[in-house]
Amino acid sequence: MDRFVTLLMGFLSVVLVNNFVFTKFLGACPYLGVSGRIGKALGMGLAVTFVTALSGTLTWMVDAWILTPLHLEITRYICYIVIIAGAVQLVEMYVRKFFPSLYEAFGVYLPLIATNCVILGLCLFLDIWGTDNLLEAVVLSTGTGIGFTVAICIMAAIREELALADVPEALQGVPITLITAGLLTLAFMGFAGMIK
Amino acid sequence: MSASSNSTSGLYSTALLTGLWRENPTLRLVIGMCPALAVTATVKPALTMGLSVIFVLICSNLVVSLMRNLLKPHLRIIMFTVTIATFVTICDLFLKAYLPKMSEILGAYVPLIIVNCLIIFRAEARASKSGPLVSILDAVGMGAGFTLALCLLASIRELLATGRIFEIPVLPKTFVPWLALQMPVGAFITLGLMLGLINVLTHKREVPEEEPAAAPGPGAEPQLPAPA
Repeated sequence: MDRFVTLLMGFLSVVLVNNFVFTKFLGACPYLGVSGRIGKALGMGLAVTFVTALSGTLTWMVDAWILTPLHLEITRYICYIVIIAGAVQLVEMYVRKFFPSLYEAFGVYLPLIATNCVILGLCLFLDIWGTDNLLEAVVLSTGTGIGFTVAICIMAAIREELALADVPEALQGVPITLITAGLLTLAFMGFAGMIK
Repeated sequence: MSASSNSTSGLYSTALLTGLWRENPTLRLVIGMCPALAVTATVKPALTMGLSVIFVLICSNLVVSLMRNLLKPHLRIIMFTVTIATFVTICDLFLKAYLPKMSEILGAYVPLIIVNCLIIFRAEARASKSGPLVSILDAVGMGAGFTLALCLLASIRELLATGRIFEIPVLPKTFVPWLALQMPVGAFITLGLMLGLINVLTHKREVPEEEPAAAPGPGAEPQLPAPA
């Protein structure tokens, strides 16, 4: 039971309190760039969630069971990036085969998930947080992906409304998106006291 | 490349200068945003980050440019990332050895240079299509533009949040620090307002004078749509 509570807290923490987009600025590019339509943002978020969960788990396993025992920590970054690229390739092939219309809609963004900072960031933070068992790694990886999906969907919804708003000329486009993101961050800071 | 001999030097200077302003990665193209937002609470880490990016960018551009004829289309992204990851590892180990405190402050953001879209973008748009010299000049220009933007943002945030720049007090003691600017909120809003201001300035400047025709250099158009 205790273990379950720890996992649940960890999950809520990465989704709400330590959301990668709001507190660590990871994944800011797709967050600011792609999130114009909510349907697309959701698809993107789900793809990223899948890749994050897969590559977070895989890198944790490779790190804990291969690299650390063999003292190959120096090759850690290269291994991580190769695993992530592989996972993205897998998702790309799967989406192309089973969801051709979604594949068309994503276009160049799909392979670019490989360079999404959320994924590599998570792999690095799993190490920094000192995650020491597989289950925890899986839960945190999935949670991070969901946190990203939440952030990108909220942003897309706001931007759909923003398209109708009368924004000052100088702030149109990226500036107003950044300011919106800042206000959203402020709102999410309200969760900060929830988990110690 | 089809550049004739008298425009060759023009090509070099264009390669060097576009990154500084016209295609400044942070302020104009809005790519590589994670570090721009994350390490700019104070100037010192921002400067360190900028210099690290310059180092990685120069090395990776050089290597990619040298192996550009060997690249297979479907394997090129992974070749780019592996090259970049190698140099980032070097940079990370260097920082850990010689600047341990700074390495601790920057934390995961040093290895995250691997996925900084600026570096992959330059490898794709410039280094995989041009010779080593142009690629290096391009890297220097882009890197310097990135560093400049980071330091500018960081100095605004540090000045208003603590009253200091480079940890040297500049504002009088009566100044009430705006602590919010050191938090993530401050990063987003300061950068947003900065981009807005730049929009106003460039708009005013670009209306009277006509933009000179872009050099026929490869990768002159930033067509990569806001990568991850």
